[in-house]
Amino acid sequence: MSDMQPTAPSFWNDTGKTGLTSWIFSTDHKRIGLLYFYTTISFFLVGVVLGLLLRIELMAPGRTIMGAQTYNALFTVHGVVMIFLFIIPGIPGAFGNMVMPIQVGARDVSFPRLNLLSWWLYIIGAVIILVSLFSGGGAPDTGWTFYVPFSSRTGTNVSLAVFGVFIVGFSSILTGVNFVTTIHRLRAEGMTWSRIPLFTWSLYATAWVQILATPILAITLVLVMAERVLGTGLFDPTRGGDPVMYQHLFWIYSHPAVYIMILPAMGIVSDIIPVFSRKPIFGYKMIAFSSLAIAAAGSLVWGHHMFTSGMSDTAVVVFSFLTFIVAIPSAIKVFNWISTLYKGSISLEAPMLFALSFILLFSIGGLSGLILGAAATDVHVHDTHFVVGHFHYVMFGGTGFAIFAAMHYWLPKFYGRRYKEKPAIVAWALMFTGFNILYFTMQVLGMKGMPRRYYDYLPEFGPLNLVATIGSWILAAGLILMLVNLFRGLFRGEPFDGNPWGGATLEWSVATPPPTENFEGEPVVTHGPYDFSGVKK
Amino acid sequence: MSGHEHRDDYGAKLGMWLFLFTELLLFGGLFLLYAVYLKRYPHEFASGGKQLNWVLGSINTVILLTSSLAAAMAVTSIQRGEARRTVALLGGTILCAGGFMVIKYVEWSAKFGHGIYPGSEHLKAGPPGESVFFSLYFLSTGIHGLHVVIGAILLGWIALKVRGGELNAGNNILLENGALYWHLVDLIWIFIFPLYYLIL
Repeated sequence: MSDMQPTAPSFWNDTGKTGLTSWIFSTDHKRIGLLYFYTTISFFLVGVVLGLLLRIELMAPGRTIMGAQTYNALFTVHGVVMIFLFIIPGIPGAFGNMVMPIQVGARDVSFPRLNLLSWWLYIIGAVIILVSLFSGGGAPDTGWTFYVPFSSRTGTNVSLAVFGVFIVGFSSILTGVNFVTTIHRLRAEGMTWSRIPLFTWSLYATAWVQILATPILAITLVLVMAERVLGTGLFDPTRGGDPVMYQHLFWIYSHPAVYIMILPAMGIVSDIIPVFSRKPIFGYKMIAFSSLAIAAAGSLVWGHHMFTSGMSDTAVVVFSFLTFIVAIPSAIKVFNWISTLYKGSISLEAPMLFALSFILLFSIGGLSGLILGAAATDVHVHDTHFVVGHFHYVMFGGTGFAIFAAMHYWLPKFYGRRYKEKPAIVAWALMFTGFNILYFTMQVLGMKGMPRRYYDYLPEFGPLNLVATIGSWILAAGLILMLVNLFRGLFRGEPFDGNPWGGATLEWSVATPPPTENFEGEPVVTHGPYDFSGVKK
Repeated sequence: MSGHEHRDDYGAKLGMWLFLFTELLLFGGLFLLYAVYLKRYPHEFASGGKQLNWVLGSINTVILLTSSLAAAMAVTSIQRGEARRTVALLGGTILCAGGFMVIKYVEWSAKFGHGIYPGSEHLKAGPPGESVFFSLYFLSTGIHGLHVVIGAILLGWIALKVRGGELNAGNNILLENGALYWHLVDLIWIFIFPLYYLIL
C-alpha cells in the first residue's frame, strides 16, 4: 500500500513496526479507531450468536435446545454485550475515532493518550464482563436492565458484571470529553461551525450525552453493587427503599444512551446520502440543530419506560408528551434526507443501499416507538415482543445498518482496498429481507400478546415464532456473506485510491490510506462539506 | 503525535471542566435519592441528622476550605515561578486531606461502635427511614472520601513533577487542572455537609 503515497507513509507502516504492541499502545486516532472497530465487531458477532440461539429456543413452544435458566442468562448477556460492548462504543469509538479528526482537519484528537486509555478501559470492562459469565454464581440472569429487587437478590454473578459495565462507562465518558474538546479546539482554518460535516455534528451531540448521562449510570451501578455487597437497602422496600427509584436512575442514563446509539448513526446517513445523490444535503443547519435537539429532548423522556411501574398520572402524561417532542427533530432528519434524494443523481452502491434502508427501518422503529410512547397504547404492549421488535428496528435496523453503511463507505479509505460490489448488494438484500421477516413478525407477536423474556409461550404463537426464527437465519446468512466479502476485499481486493465515491468532506482529500498526521501541512477549508462542485470522482 | 509538540492549555482545561461535570452528575444521583427519601421520611431523616456530630463536620469543612485555599495559592505561586513554595502549598493541601480523612475515620468508627453501618442489625431493627438515611450518609461521604484520597494522590504526583521542574511557570496546566479537581472535591462537601449535618 505504501507505493501509493510517495511522500508521507500511511498510518499502517509509518513507524516500521507492525506488531501487536505497535497497535495496542498506539495513540494514533486511526489505529485506535481500528482497534475499536475490531473489538466492537467481535462482540457484535458474539451477540449475534447468542441472539440466534435465543431464536432457535423460541422456534417452538417448550424446551427446544436449552433450559429456562440458560435462556435467562443468554438474553441478559445478549443485551449487555450488544448494548454496552457493541452499539454504544461502536460508532464513536470506531468510526468517530477514525474519521472525525480528519473531518475537522486535525492531526489527532485533543487527548491522544486519553483516547488510548479509553480503549483500554473498554477492554478491561469487557474482560470483567466476560469473566462474570463463567465465575461465581454464573452468568447474570436479570436482563440487561439489572432491575432491582431481583438484581440485588439473584445468586448469579451480577456484581462483577455490573462492575464491568461501570468500567466501560468510564471509557464512554472519556471518549465524550475527548470529542467535545477536539471539535471545539482542533478545527482547521476555515472549518467554521456551519462547515462541520454532519457526521461530526452528530458525534458532537452524542459526546455531550455521553458526558452528561453516563455518570448517572455509574452511580446507579455503584448503588446496585452496594445493595448486593453492603446490604444498603436503598432499593429494598422492606428496608424503606424504593425499587422505582432504581428504575428512574437507570433510565435517566439508559434512555439518553439510546441517543448515544442512534445519533451518530444518523450522522453516517447524513454524510452518505448527499454523496450518492450528488446533491448538497437539504437543510444542513436543521439536521445539525436536530441532533442537538434530540440530545436535549431525549434526556427528558426516561419515564416512558416506566408507564406501568407505578408513577403518578401527571408524570405519565408529562413523559408521554416529552417523548412525542423527540419525534419532531427525528422527523426533520428523515424529511431532509428524502428531500436530498429528490431530483438527485442517485447511485445505488452498497453504502447507499444500507443508508437508504436505515431511513425505512428507522422510520418503522420510530413510528412503533410512538405507540409505546403514548401511555394508553403502551399499557397494552408493554413488555411484549412488540417492544423487542421496536428497539431492534431502531437499534439494529437503524444503528446496525448505519454501521454496515459506514463499513462499506469508510473502511476502503483506511485500507486502500475495496470489496466486490455485487456480493455486497446480495448480502444487503438478504439482510434486509431476513431483518424484516424476523422483527416485523416480532411486532405482530407482541400485538397478539406474546410477552418478552418468557422462556415458553402458548401454542398459538408457534407459527409466527417459526417464521421469525427462519428470518433470523436469512439475516445471519446475509451477515456472513457481507463480512466475508468486506474483509476479503479490504485485505486482498482491488486497490481503492483517490476519491471514488466523490465525497466533499476532508477525509476524501487526504491520501489513501491516510498518512499518520492525516494532512501534509495545515489544511485550509474553503468550501462546505457537501459542496460537490469541483469534486472529481 | 510523535514529532510534534502540540500544547493546548485551553483545550486541556476545557476537557477538565467537562470531566468535572461528570463528577457533579455522579453525586447528583445521590442528591436525587436524598431529595426523594427526605420527602418520604422527614422525621427519620431529622432524627438521623441529629445523631451526626456537627462539630466534627464543621472542623472538616474548615479543613477542606483551607486545603482549597492552599491549592489555589499553589497555582498562583507556580505562575510566579516559585517552585518551592508551590510544593510546600501542595504539601499543605495533602496534609489537610489527611486530617479530613482522620476525622472521617473517627466519625465513622463512632457510628460503627453504635452498630450503625449499612446492612447492620441495629438499622434493620429500626424504622426503615433511618436505615435509608444512614445508607445514603455512608455512601455519599464514602464516595466523597474516595475522591479526597484520589485528589490527594493526584496532587502528590503533581507536587513531585513541580519539584522535578517538569511543571514550571510556563507549563503548569496539569497543576491548574489538579487544583480544579480539588476544588470540586471541596465543592461537593460544601453540599454534603449542610444536607446531612445542618438542615435536618
